[in-house]
Amino acid sequence: MYLIKKKKVLCPSIFLMDVEAPRVAQYCEPGQFLIVRIDENGERIPLTICDYDREAGTITIVVQTIGASTKRMMDLEEGQGFHDVVGPLGQPSELVTDDLEEVKKKKILFVAGGLGTAPVYPQVKWLHEHGIDADVIVGAKTKELVILEEEMSKVAGNLYITTDDGSYGRSGMVTKVIEDLVAEGKKYDLCVAIGPMIMMKFCVLTTKKFDIPTIVSMNPIMVDGTGMCGACRLTVGDETKFACIDGPEFDGYKVNFDEAMGRMRLYKTQEGEALLALEEGKTHHGGCGNCGGDK
Amino acid sequence: MGAPGFDRVPISEQDPKIRATNFEEVCLGYTEEEAVVEAARCLNCKNPRCVSGCPVQINIPGFVTALKERDFKKSYEILTESSSLPAVCGRVCPQETQCEAQCIRGIKGDAVSIGKLERYVADRAREEGTRMKVTAPANGHKVAVIGSGPAGLTCAGDLAKLGYDVTIFEALHEAGGVLTYGIPEFRLPKEKVVAPEVENVKALGVKIETNVVIGKSVTVDELMKNEGFEAVFIGSGAGLPMFMKIPGENAKGVFSANEYLTRNNLMKAFRNDADTPIFKPAKVAVVGGGNVAMDAARTALRLGAEVSIVYRRSAAELPARAEEVEHAKEEGIKFELLTNPIEILTDDDNNVTGMKCVRMELGEPDASGRRRPVAIEGSEFELPTDAVIMALGTSPNPLIASTTEGLETNKWKCIVADEEFGKTSKEGVFAGGDAVTGAATVILAMGAGKAAAKGIDEYIKSKG
Repeated sequence: MYLIKKKKVLCPSIFLMDVEAPRVAQYCEPGQFLIVRIDENGERIPLTICDYDREAGTITIVVQTIGASTKRMMDLEEGQGFHDVVGPLGQPSELVTDDLEEVKKKKILFVAGGLGTAPVYPQVKWLHEHGIDADVIVGAKTKELVILEEEMSKVAGNLYITTDDGSYGRSGMVTKVIEDLVAEGKKYDLCVAIGPMIMMKFCVLTTKKFDIPTIVSMNPIMVDGTGMCGACRLTVGDETKFACIDGPEFDGYKVNFDEAMGRMRLYKTQEGEALLALEEGKTHHGGCGNCGGDK
Repeated sequence: MGAPGFDRVPISEQDPKIRATNFEEVCLGYTEEEAVVEAARCLNCKNPRCVSGCPVQINIPGFVTALKERDFKKSYEILTESSSLPAVCGRVCPQETQCEAQCIRGIKGDAVSIGKLERYVADRAREEGTRMKVTAPANGHKVAVIGSGPAGLTCAGDLAKLGYDVTIFEALHEAGGVLTYGIPEFRLPKEKVVAPEVENVKALGVKIETNVVIGKSVTVDELMKNEGFEAVFIGSGAGLPMFMKIPGENAKGVFSANEYLTRNNLMKAFRNDADTPIFKPAKVAVVGGGNVAMDAARTALRLGAEVSIVYRRSAAELPARAEEVEHAKEEGIKFELLTNPIEILTDDDNNVTGMKCVRMELGEPDASGRRRPVAIEGSEFELPTDAVIMALGTSPNPLIASTTEGLETNKWKCIVADEEFGKTSKEGVFAGGDAVTGAATVILAMGAGKAAAKGIDEYIKSKG
């Protein structure tokens, strides 16, 4: 069993956990993920590593309740544990592996959408610890869903918070903030966008207009997470890539988001989709004519 | 039965119509009486050719004779001198091309049903709680084994019998490798056969640490430097699925056989109490002709689909075991032979609707010695299907080789290791099974695990 050392509810649908997993904590780097299984019948759930403590042998995960498994996960308390935790999986962020001096020369913008704030955090923190202050946009549907603000403000250069409904920070989606910042005269050499696929797709469409190379972190359906099944395959440029071993981070300009979003829907039955629409109807903005979700 | 001695005792199987709707084991095995009668057909040859046909050289006349004499314990002891996984081998080994192919009885009539007898002895030992024996006292030397499939379990079992302190590292959450994630329940029951075989190896003192991806969680070099392992055996298998690289292959409803089988076998998607979903359409096409293709097809059939196997050569070239092809046919799987997909067809929402295929004919023999299939011009046609499962083979995962300093691989990303002892280019590191040969059989992997155990024993002894 992998013990839950700490649990913190960040908002009614999002929670954070510190979990004992020494082998993962010892070698993980920002950008990598792990897979957890709640119990013997549980599915393998990939989650981005949000933070780690090598000495304590713990890793931090942040989870949003979106389905049966994540709801069951939220019922776990401190002192209980996961049946399985395996990792670190995937490649570390290039920012971590590239030549530090080269990275230092770049002005970097992170764009975090909703739960994507969690995987953005360790990268911004790592850069901060290496003397690089990156700007960060955090977008959420509404004030209540803004997470890790305090933690992020300690490690980010400028932190821009925006809510879709204008209940906190700036008003509007992250893409609007990108446009506003550029209009205000900000220049960026690199953008890292992490969040729901639809948000990453539109981030890329926006940054493309300003010629800002953009890295995205893909979170497709996975089973083993070690390259064995190919469920997570994506079209990147004219190649097929496995998110679990080649990614999860890719050049956002090259990712075929429409195909990836379609593949995400494979196991959603019509009833399931209806339930999602009922529960999360507001997460889909609709009317864009691009994602096909309002058909 | 015909003339006494010429025909083997027939084996009972589940009726095809019934078994096509469940995941229970197809073959029901011999009763004690049947096993003893079949064992009596063994001529106990002075020069037993069957033994030379076995990749792990089981003393076949020995265990069969003990069985004939109803000394089941002795029979199991003889069997497990050479094999740590007899209940598995009795089920999935291609005996018809190995031990049974060499049997003198086979010249005039049926070969002795060695595989089914092996299965009987192993199953009986499990039911009676008979365990394998440790032959040497603990020697304190630590050996790491990577992968808990047939190669790893065999190597670990053999080393433990010799007194070594062995830890197996497994990437998935359950031990067994391909026995657990790949081969379906109806051919190799997990709780009844695989789990007890793993327990048998653990009972020898072998530790199994699951959820450790070597090359990610920890590297081979770190195991040797920081965790005190004097030697490492790499039996990590061939896990990477191949695809055809044809248009439409990333559509919704195209799966690797690995994914499809893993969802069903490891994640138990066929059961109602499992969280992991599996795609259950009306029509499924499986591309490929090996055992994995048969397994995927028969799984899809049991999940309620109408299934076709699409294979580019003819029936004679099907690489699957004859028994598996026969079982698949009995259950109602259709075979589209001499047929090759060239495109996956989809609707507007990228769902699979069919495959564009071409008919093939056999030309001149290719490098593999098999006649090369050539497309017949103008023979394109559409095969309607809702899902496509690609069972084209697998290749070794390069993760371990790429994170281990000084470990040589060949152009197929297979680890280079000698056949005799599994020695690699790196001192103290041995390898065997699919990680070395590319996808092959359970028993060949076991043979390699066995050879490497000998190699490791000699290596550690030579260091003093």
